[in-house]
Amino acid sequence: MSDSNVTNILVVGIGGQGVMTATEILAEAAIALGHDAKKTEVAGMAQRGGVVSSHLRFGPKVLSPQIMAGTADLLVGFEAAEAMRWCHMLKPGGLVLMNTARLVPPVVDIGLYEYPDDPIAEIKSRGYQVHAFDAMAIAMELGDVRLGNTVMLGAMADHLPFPPQVLLDAILKRFSARKPHMVEANRKAFEAGREADKNSSKSKQTEAA
Amino acid sequence: MAAAMPQFVPQPAASRLLLSGNEAVARAVWESGCRVAAAYPGTPSTEMLEVISTYPDIYAEWSVNEKVSLEVAIGAAFAGSRSFCAMKHVGMNVASDALMTLTLTGVVGGLVIAIADDVGLSSSQNEQDSRYWGRFAHLPMFEPADSQEAYEMTKLAFDFSEKFQVPVILRMTTRINHVKALVTVGERVAHAATGFKKEPARWVMTPAGASKRIPLMFERDNALRAEAEVSPLNLVETGKDRRVGFVSSGPAWMHVRESFPDAPALKLGFSCPVPIEKIRAFAATVDQLVVVEEVEPLVEMELKAMGIECHGKDILPRQGELAPNILKPAIAKLLGEPEPQGASQHMRPLGRATPVPASVFPRPPTMCVACPHLGVYYTLSQLKNITISGDIGCYTLGAGHPWNALDTTISMGASMGIAMGLDKGRSEADKDKRILAVIGDSTFLHMGMQGLLDIVYNGGNVTVMLLDNRAVGMTGGQANPGSGKGIHGQETPRVDFAKLVESLGVKKERIHVVDPYQLPVLFKTIREEIKVPEVSVIITDQPCVLIDDYKKQQPFEVIDDKCTGCGNCVDVGCPAIHVTRREKVIKPSGKEVELQFVNIETTACTGCGLCVQPCAPEAIVHADLTKPMRLVRH
Repeated sequence: MSDSNVTNILVVGIGGQGVMTATEILAEAAIALGHDAKKTEVAGMAQRGGVVSSHLRFGPKVLSPQIMAGTADLLVGFEAAEAMRWCHMLKPGGLVLMNTARLVPPVVDIGLYEYPDDPIAEIKSRGYQVHAFDAMAIAMELGDVRLGNTVMLGAMADHLPFPPQVLLDAILKRFSARKPHMVEANRKAFEAGREADKNSSKSKQTEAA
Repeated sequence: MAAAMPQFVPQPAASRLLLSGNEAVARAVWESGCRVAAAYPGTPSTEMLEVISTYPDIYAEWSVNEKVSLEVAIGAAFAGSRSFCAMKHVGMNVASDALMTLTLTGVVGGLVIAIADDVGLSSSQNEQDSRYWGRFAHLPMFEPADSQEAYEMTKLAFDFSEKFQVPVILRMTTRINHVKALVTVGERVAHAATGFKKEPARWVMTPAGASKRIPLMFERDNALRAEAEVSPLNLVETGKDRRVGFVSSGPAWMHVRESFPDAPALKLGFSCPVPIEKIRAFAATVDQLVVVEEVEPLVEMELKAMGIECHGKDILPRQGELAPNILKPAIAKLLGEPEPQGASQHMRPLGRATPVPASVFPRPPTMCVACPHLGVYYTLSQLKNITISGDIGCYTLGAGHPWNALDTTISMGASMGIAMGLDKGRSEADKDKRILAVIGDSTFLHMGMQGLLDIVYNGGNVTVMLLDNRAVGMTGGQANPGSGKGIHGQETPRVDFAKLVESLGVKKERIHVVDPYQLPVLFKTIREEIKVPEVSVIITDQPCVLIDDYKKQQPFEVIDDKCTGCGNCVDVGCPAIHVTRREKVIKPSGKEVELQFVNIETTACTGCGLCVQPCAPEAIVHADLTKPMRLVRH
């Protein structure tokens, strides 16, 4: 958390991945604890596969909704190159939770641009910590690729200034209201995400050792 | 999407809700007892009407364009109902013809017009400052700085509108419309319509009538200015660091408070007419005055004209948002301080320089998987000796890769008139060039019909591609008169485009309705029609993939062994097709070519079959659904 008692979380990915919904659920969890919160993104044409970066700021009182470069407490990347694109938004030494999925846009497919070889290494070279895992594969294993969103939320759960249960409650509340048959699957996806985050941090320690 | 939205029960009063600015306005419109609301979709304003349409006790419509939406709201206000209309900034350019006379008649029922400026151009063709309309049309303007204010100001605006019998403009920006923040909501209070009272001297704006109303407008200006001087919406926050005092409004206000918490600041919530004397008194309490306003220096110029010294656009950019990363260095420079290291020393204790973003490929918006426009642009990209006049909508993306098949875009419906001008103004060198215009169904009905009529009437040689996908695609698939559905998903008459253009005078044999997934037919039809030296209309008839009308088909996959790397399917531009391998080869002719071997992401593919058609080796086949669906990785 920065000096101003406002927590800055940046969630990034591409249009259609559920970035904005995930951030909204996170905001609802913060609000449930009595925080003020503001969530913003510029995503006018994001539905068309463009870049989405969703800013969430919460704390006793939030003024500007925008996170400034170098001040994000946590960066959550739903896609590998997008995590790399936005890593400068993190505070020095900050943590990136990222899905290793590589979603390649047509401009790369037609050969106009290159997809970065190793986004994780690029991010680490800038001094940030990385917890990386394949959220889509985890979701597919659980039987529905759309659970990837909840896997990502689960991965965030142990890096927030409030207990994981608060976030889980916010997720389940949303699904109870809209898709009650998906509640159990989402609970599992949440736990799988927490597990993936723990494992990725463990494997990192092993590497270091 | 409006079509699928059921009627919902509004949250009870006193609930604290996380609402976007648009949702907050919608709630306030409903609570205010507004009876009629109209809009044409446009980012970032769309959700206001979309959400209003879900509330009970209020008539809501998608109008055919912004001018009509304002006229509907005006009529309702004349009938003594509270009414509301919303539009994006460029929408008011269309609606302003009505606005500029509405200011003379005023209203009976409260009328609130929300205009959403796309500061930062998230999805617009320009960045214009709608605060000019308050000055131009002599109308009061409120500018909220977050969702709670958007909610409160909308309610105040209805009361104010009725008190002064004047429409009120609520000026928002993307950073208000689309930011979600907490709002404490209240009760709805019904307002019955008071009824239309005949009063020709007021409602019939002939020259004689209008000339009598103009002095009344000037009197109203004075009353509004007096009101702005004392309005609690224009508030001063004191601060102990008096070296710089700020005057600001809208989202810039929050950025000012975030960046300079110790500085005195004056917030313009009721920003037109400008409360000059209030600002003059405030200026006297600080060493220097800085006006922080996004886009144009309106307030700054008015202050300077009134002899109040201030800084503004001499130190701040005239384009885009004024976030803390811009404000802090600008003010440090003004004060002769070293520029802050990083975004903020306050927030960045380590005091490092602002980090530089990593260099990553751009990710421009693309057309959707299986979009019916893909076939059209694939075909257009194969044609030579052609100039393509484009329009506003998803199909504007045809200007991008891999098609590069769109040569102009200006404003809603402009593809028609511009094509006409390209035809009539052609140079000798261009005498054999074919002129083609591309326009969508909703844009055609919004403002394109008149342009086509002009082409027909004045003998233009233009081939018109009317891409009817039954929805306003770019803003999320809203209904329009070509959808056969209304804002609540109710059945409505559906425009028959072939009959419509025929009745405008296009010859029957020059009108073709084509399935855009049938590439050979599409190609043949376009190639024949561009040769004919008169106006033709080619209508495509497949729905937007985002609306319920679109039915998914069995996905396709690539048989790896059969793919020859020709890359024809890649030229279609579907985001579900991925190049997995490139290989340079020398052809027998000695020419070097790059082969592109592909895969199809079967989880994304909806089986439209466009990519199958240009695949000579027949390497693309229906996926075996008994096997796990393929996620393409690189």
